[in-house]
Amino acid sequence: MTEKLLTRNVGVAGSATLAVYEQRGGYQSLKKAVTLPPESVADEVKKSGLRGRGGAGFPTGMKWSFMPKDSPKPRYLIVNADESEPGTFKDRLLMEEDPHLCLEGFIISAHAIRAKTVFVYVRGEFVKPYRMMQAAIDEARAKGYVGRNILGSGVGCEVVMHRGAGAYICGEETALMESLEGKRGYPRLKPPFPAVAGLYGCPTTINNVETLANVPFILERGADWYLTIGREKNTGPKLYCLSGHLKKPGVYEAPLGTQLMTLVNEMGGGLWRGDRKLKAIIPGGASAAVLTSAECADVPMDFDSLAARKTMLGSAGVMVLDDSVCMVRALERLLRFFAHESCGQCTPCRVGVDWIHRIVKRIEAGDGQTGDCETLLDVCDNMVGKTICVFSDAAAMPATSFVNKFRGEFDDHIKQGRCTLPEA
Amino acid sequence: MSETRAGTGGLKVLPSDPRQIPGFAAGSVAVRGPAGPEGITPDPGGPLSPESLREIDRLIALYPDRRSALLPALWVAQKEQGFVGVKPMEEIAARIGVSPAFVAGVVSFYTMYQTRPAGKYLVQVCTTLSCYLRGADKLVGHLKRRLGVDVGGTTADGKFTLTTVECLGSCGTAPMLQLNDDFHEKLDPIGKVDALLDSLK
Repeated sequence: MTEKLLTRNVGVAGSATLAVYEQRGGYQSLKKAVTLPPESVADEVKKSGLRGRGGAGFPTGMKWSFMPKDSPKPRYLIVNADESEPGTFKDRLLMEEDPHLCLEGFIISAHAIRAKTVFVYVRGEFVKPYRMMQAAIDEARAKGYVGRNILGSGVGCEVVMHRGAGAYICGEETALMESLEGKRGYPRLKPPFPAVAGLYGCPTTINNVETLANVPFILERGADWYLTIGREKNTGPKLYCLSGHLKKPGVYEAPLGTQLMTLVNEMGGGLWRGDRKLKAIIPGGASAAVLTSAECADVPMDFDSLAARKTMLGSAGVMVLDDSVCMVRALERLLRFFAHESCGQCTPCRVGVDWIHRIVKRIEAGDGQTGDCETLLDVCDNMVGKTICVFSDAAAMPATSFVNKFRGEFDDHIKQGRCTLPEA
Repeated sequence: MSETRAGTGGLKVLPSDPRQIPGFAAGSVAVRGPAGPEGITPDPGGPLSPESLREIDRLIALYPDRRSALLPALWVAQKEQGFVGVKPMEEIAARIGVSPAFVAGVVSFYTMYQTRPAGKYLVQVCTTLSCYLRGADKLVGHLKRRLGVDVGGTTADGKFTLTTVECLGSCGTAPMLQLNDDFHEKLDPIGKVDALLDSLK
């Protein structure tokens, strides 16, 4: 695929303005969508095979179909713009560079699930994306694309921007709803699932920004066209976030299933320094298991291919580590993040994440003891599948993969009481 | 580790005050913020201005349940006074219809609410993995020397508070920092951060 879809307006002068967005074909899908019954819109998205871009890869059309048909309660669409997974910065790009594309996707999707209100939950640090989105909403409302009676169609949709205040866990959908209700962001037990009892106990669907930015294209060109992009069961374009030791880090659009090394070498420009070799790649944000350089040779970057390699596409935050990196130190850095962000509700997570962080910190500082790796793996084993949300699992995944795949480095640190790599 | 986070210094002997135990202040029960362990006691703060109270009422009207306006209302308070003190927490509690203790519980959960005055410029350096790979620790070390404060500290003239934070979603343009509301990215070579600080009055 050479044609850019999600990023087609990125870098275009005035891309965030309504005038430029309309001039480049924007809001045509919305005009079409409001003339269609909600079911037709939802069916088209279901047929397209679109899967959630927030991390889980759950089929979007199926998620929408869980919304009850006959509930008398208000229905809500929440847009998850709490982009906080380390290594991920794609939704920020979309909201800053093409807020009207995002907004068009939000409104069409709200229509598909018959929601009259959209809440966009943006992480607190994203002040600029928040302002860009709010400006786009104000412009669109003046033109009749947002409001009680969109373009005279009788379809109504209000969009409310809501700013978080610094808590990774609020990206978890039920924690996000708690936060949106004005509480501490503690994940809820499921069931009930949000479609049954979500925000204010009402039917609610939560989708990621990038997911919904796909919707205008699906409506415009049809599900059959969309199915031609990517791979079977992993369809459509994807925004890959490349960071770390690359010449040209950044957000790149390519079909799902694009080879990892194509992203790294062709789009990312290869390793930043000629004298360095690839050591490892984390393919899907901090919560994904690390891949050794040997494992990176044939990796189609899609949900199922990465799951088959016991890691995940996640948010497609590709972090590239060259051979100057101490894996003990890199893991300490990741676990520090998780220890800082655990909400503290469940004991295995609250205690476990802090515990494994302290073990790795101790090893890194040269105070490791024989048996530390075994203790860490044992603690991780007790963190998986035992908590309300998957945060605990998400911390255990990188920890076990780092220790299992780079065990020699951890053992060397413990034996020698120091890092054997030269300081980069 | 060359850097320590606010309130989590590398003490070897456990001190009698639990707030000084490494990791304690980083847990979810303590108020977090650039002030470190001292930040557990919020500043009294002052009453909110009529403009801020009107803005809070406008925000309340946006939601089906007024409690949803709590986080936005706290932002209004922080914007006006630079931090969220006890008095604004009480005023917001009364307007939203929850107890002051509930508001304090919410404030303490979210890292971005300060409960004590910070410097005029809050310098937050991201030190998570992608930024670490691109020299975030060097950036922090440079800022510590240049400002003459440790992480969590405020300069004597009250101009700068230096903190380190977790991933800000700017990994492709690392290393970076957030200065109040704004991101400053690609701060390599380090002279760029000097130019940035020099430009601030």
